[in-house]
Amino acid sequence: MNGAEALLWAADIAIGLLLLALLLVIYRLARGPNLGDRIMALDTLTILAVGLIGALTVRTGLTLYLDIAIAIALVGFLSTVALARYLLNRAQGEQQ
Amino acid sequence: MMVQVLQYLAAASVLLGAMFGLLAAIGIVRLPDLYTRLHAASKAGAVGSGLILIAVALISTDGAVILRAILGIIFLLLSTPIAAHLLARAAHKAGEMPTVATTIEEIDG
Repeated sequence: MNGAEALLWAADIAIGLLLLALLLVIYRLARGPNLGDRIMALDTLTILAVGLIGALTVRTGLTLYLDIAIAIALVGFLSTVALARYLLNRAQGEQQ
Repeated sequence: MMVQVLQYLAAASVLLGAMFGLLAAIGIVRLPDLYTRLHAASKAGAVGSGLILIAVALISTDGAVILRAILGIIFLLLSTPIAAHLLARAAHKAGEMPTVATTIEEIDG
């Protein structure tokens, strides 16, 4: 097995493992039990999506996918920050 | 020869990164409370995706692609700890309780 074949084989297995990981995180997203757990699950989904797109880039050789991965990482970070602020504001609103 | 070595390294890096991602997901499902789950999610997840982006940089011959992959890794390593810290702090203020196995809590709720 030469390097290129090993790379395709590894990328296929990596895509399978990451899809399994996404399913497990979606289970936590559906189950909760609180808003904090769901925000954390969404954050992990975006991080794992970046990894999945990286594995797709390795598998197909299309480096354009990398821009999408960086955009998802940016949007995911901003949405996590916004949702955490919402959680904080909601908690402070209940205390008053 | 050099290309072959880089391809083998990238294959190992992709596999290792995917395993880290799966470990993060298993930790999220199995660990008992939000704070321990955040440990698994933010650390293992970021390292897993970072390793896969390293693999993209290893097999690429285009300088712009390598630069973008490295920028992505740096951004992931900078942003995930901030997001996890912000979320843990917000959850603590919202009254999320740690698991009963916790022995030390240094923040006064």
